[in-house]
Amino acid sequence: MPNLPKRSALKEWHVIGFALFLLFIILMMLSGQKTGVGQNFSWDQFFDLWIKMSNPDWSYLPAILNPIAQTIQMALVGTLIGGVAAIPVALLAASNIVKSKIVRGLVRFVMNLTRSLPEMLLAALFVAVVGIGAFSGVCALAVFSFGMVFKLLYEAIETIDEGPIDAMRAAGANSIQVIAFAVFPQVFNQFLSFFLYTLEINVRASTVLGYLGAGGIGLYLNTTLELFRYDRTAVVILSILVVVVIVDTISNQLREALA
Amino acid sequence: MSKQGTIKVEGVSKVYPNGVVGLDNINLEIESGEFVVVVGLSGAGKSTLLRAMNRLHDVTSGNILIDGEDITKASGKELRTLRRNIAMIFQNYNLVKRSTVARNVLSGRVGYYSTWQSTLGLFSKEDQERAAKSLERVNLLDKYYTRARDLSGGQQQRVGIARALMQEPKVFLADEPVSGLDPKTTKVVMDDLKRLNEEDGLTVVANLHSMELAMDYATRIVGLKAGKLVYDKPISEVNLDDFKDIYAEVGDQ
Repeated sequence: MPNLPKRSALKEWHVIGFALFLLFIILMMLSGQKTGVGQNFSWDQFFDLWIKMSNPDWSYLPAILNPIAQTIQMALVGTLIGGVAAIPVALLAASNIVKSKIVRGLVRFVMNLTRSLPEMLLAALFVAVVGIGAFSGVCALAVFSFGMVFKLLYEAIETIDEGPIDAMRAAGANSIQVIAFAVFPQVFNQFLSFFLYTLEINVRASTVLGYLGAGGIGLYLNTTLELFRYDRTAVVILSILVVVVIVDTISNQLREALA
Repeated sequence: MSKQGTIKVEGVSKVYPNGVVGLDNINLEIESGEFVVVVGLSGAGKSTLLRAMNRLHDVTSGNILIDGEDITKASGKELRTLRRNIAMIFQNYNLVKRSTVARNVLSGRVGYYSTWQSTLGLFSKEDQERAAKSLERVNLLDKYYTRARDLSGGQQQRVGIARALMQEPKVFLADEPVSGLDPKTTKVVMDDLKRLNEEDGLTVVANLHSMELAMDYATRIVGLKAGKLVYDKPISEVNLDDFKDIYAEVGDQ
């Protein structure tokens, strides 16, 4: 065997790596103690919950079919409104469409403000503004989708092939015609893909919106938990799981077909 | 005023924002029906000159008159109407690759339509026939429903020509139309251009790298070097040795 160059003992035994690892563990334990993680944890309660949940009360299923359908409808309507509204705004934020830095900067700033609010906070806001019910959930999802599709779409628009834009301008097209013939066909499939992706996220999110009174299945999650009917909670969670898996699968298939 | 396809470039200069001089006081008068080939090294300003002629680039000073109308001063509707008479094909073909050949070709006609009509794709029967005829002229009618990305480079460029024809142009600008193509396809594309020049009397201005092609197709050759017009002769007076100077780089003897 050829002679390998020598390393110092420090490096040979990875002393620094081990020391950092130990330090990390100690810090974690200290911060756990400081913040009181796990102090009220009871294994008994934990197992009790699991045991109850592992005997689902299937007779509860018919009662939650309607709220589940409502959840999906909320996600669909919210995503549709927000996604469509995002198209013109995304065009205004794309550097290859709008040359003015001020306009672009302003649009992006306002949109960043919108996107900085998480869905749950939006839902809480809308429940306060428009009252309890599915409408406030739709509003929250629409605003969230608006911000999400906007961001994805304007970034997609900025990466298109700009050749066709030149070609359309050379043919005497005005700016709307340029968008319709050179920009839109290049990003349309991506837009549909973003739309489906946002829908996936919204279906998941809309399942908990009901917690805040914004309609859908979340309300039942809340009620069953508060009544300690974990056997029913299990039914709710399992049905949410089924819906999410189905929507994700369909969406993934469609998005692959679009790519 | 009758549209004949004359181009008059008067004292045109272009300085890029970073200080690079793209064009330096170019004066050039192109008559109707000429086939002008612009030659020169990369970066000599050939593309800039062509793109100034339909105002894809703004110039810093000077005027460019298309049939007497100054495109460098035009704006809005006036500019779009001027551009409609000036078709262009590009080095990278610039088709929408996801769209069908038919839609790409029809898009060349948007200058004749109102915003909402074209956006909804409401092209008249005449124009759909016109699109079919344009494709027939470049022998690609069988590709009508094919997506542009499924065509070869040469075919894409000929779809580009068909699209440009939809404008019913008087002037045809070709920015390095054959730079990515093999010799055989190059000949097909150049022959298409020549036919338009001879049959329809279109004024053609083309940027080319190859001197042989320039000699074969041009009626007049213009040479650019570092943004300056250094050469301008009808084909009958062109001597192959002349090119040495146009293509001489700094440091060559």
